[in-house]
Amino acid sequence: MSELNAQLEHPVYNYKVVRQFAIMTVIWGIVGMLVGVLIAAQLVWPELSFNQPWFSFGRLRPLHTNAVIFAFGGSALFATSYYVVQRTTQSRLISDKLASFTFWGWQLVIVLAAISLPMGLTSSKEYAELIWPIDVLIAIVWVAYAFVFFGTITKRKVSHIYVANWFFGSFIITVAVLHIINSAVLPVNWSMGYSIYAGTADAMVQWWYGHNAVGFFLTAGFLGMMYYFVPKQAERPVYSYRLSIVHFWALVAVYIWAGPHHLHYTALPDWAQGVGMVMSLILLAPSWGGMINGIMTLSGAWHKLRSDPILRFLVVSLSFYGMSTFEGPMMSIKTVNSLSHYTDWTIGHVHSGALGWVAMISIGSLYHLIPVLFGKEKMYSTDLINTHFWMSTIGTVLYIASMWVNGILQGLMWRAYNQDGTLTYTFVESLVASYPGYMVRLAGGLIFFLGMLLMAYNVYMTVRGDSKEAANTQAAAA
Amino acid sequence: MDINDLRGLSTVLLFIAFVGLCFWAYSSRRKAEFDEAASLPFADESTSKTRSQETHK
Repeated sequence: MSELNAQLEHPVYNYKVVRQFAIMTVIWGIVGMLVGVLIAAQLVWPELSFNQPWFSFGRLRPLHTNAVIFAFGGSALFATSYYVVQRTTQSRLISDKLASFTFWGWQLVIVLAAISLPMGLTSSKEYAELIWPIDVLIAIVWVAYAFVFFGTITKRKVSHIYVANWFFGSFIITVAVLHIINSAVLPVNWSMGYSIYAGTADAMVQWWYGHNAVGFFLTAGFLGMMYYFVPKQAERPVYSYRLSIVHFWALVAVYIWAGPHHLHYTALPDWAQGVGMVMSLILLAPSWGGMINGIMTLSGAWHKLRSDPILRFLVVSLSFYGMSTFEGPMMSIKTVNSLSHYTDWTIGHVHSGALGWVAMISIGSLYHLIPVLFGKEKMYSTDLINTHFWMSTIGTVLYIASMWVNGILQGLMWRAYNQDGTLTYTFVESLVASYPGYMVRLAGGLIFFLGMLLMAYNVYMTVRGDSKEAANTQAAAA
Repeated sequence: MDINDLRGLSTVLLFIAFVGLCFWAYSSRRKAEFDEAASLPFADESTSKTRSQETHK
């Protein structure tokens, strides 16, 4: 690998760390999604836990979420932010050593998570399950990341800071603040600590963190990706630079207040629930600002969608982004939430964002990025990209449609009363009714996962050799 | 006047700031500057050794 790195050394930019993160994005994507497929199968066939505690749904579920969000999504964000900040400031990363530290540090965090979570070591906070020593390591790596990113911006060779860097920058700063505040604990030993917040305040801090992990990690960061790779792949500048500024500030100002919608009808004060709901509804506007800006970038170049599956990945991801940011505000309305909360609808909503938006924009960006990073003209096989595109789209649609059906079914069954006030259905009856949906979800997830294997093969062949078309021409010439 | 008036005031101030931002962003004086900024993803293609490859895509 070091020989390959020396060969591909760029005269100006540090591509080595980008290559490392890009390859790990594919690998962690496969690992994280495989665990997802496994736990989806466990919900259909509970025997698949084999009565091993470390193989049970309760321990593997946080492993799945951490792997896909922080290992797959995180590596994609590191790779693209390091790449975009260099290309749009026209200067090399401020420190190669520190960039390398963030790579190895982040991989160590992932490995520690993969060991500690199946052991049952958890802080019990959703999406922040890792125990405090790992949290400390994350904070150190993240500060180094912020230094490398913002340090590179300070030595930029152009006067303007491109909008993608604003999104990446807000993602880096906010995640640092969220992570450090929400993870604050009083340690009792190396694997356990008590949250410094109590009761309802603890829940509110947790969902302030949780929803902004969605807003800044899974949204702002990936919008940064969108603002570079969509114009680049469509070969035209972004539709409206002014809209990008207005929707950036609106998005970061409003997202931070939306957390309470995770705590509707709980001990959280009613006014706080109301604020969370109103802010979530307002969020529709800046979210759709980003979607419209991305999709309209293609105006006058729609024909490219016919021949370019990479662009298709990017544009369909924006459609899923628009869909899930419409669904989210709707689900935050308290009356809707009373039906949807605690049902599979929530899981469907999350995956509409996670598979449709986050994964598909990352995959599209990587297909653009890999050939550039490894000095190739294009990916080994465009046909395989196209197949992967359809597998991802069909997999996502099966997943979210089955969860909509399950969620509404569960919500209606749980709230059905008899005339004498007793519940019409037992919980287990709603579970039995959910089985067909669980099967369809498993099928959708499996199709999406198999698409990632195609990607791995395509990436491997691209890194190793020439494009398939070029190989064919050579064969014909010989 | 209590703390809630200040809270209300902060909402009003933020709203004014947002309207101001819209006017600032959409002022015609800044059009040229933003057009230049929007082309930044393409500005470094001459410095990149992979240029010929990228224009292929």
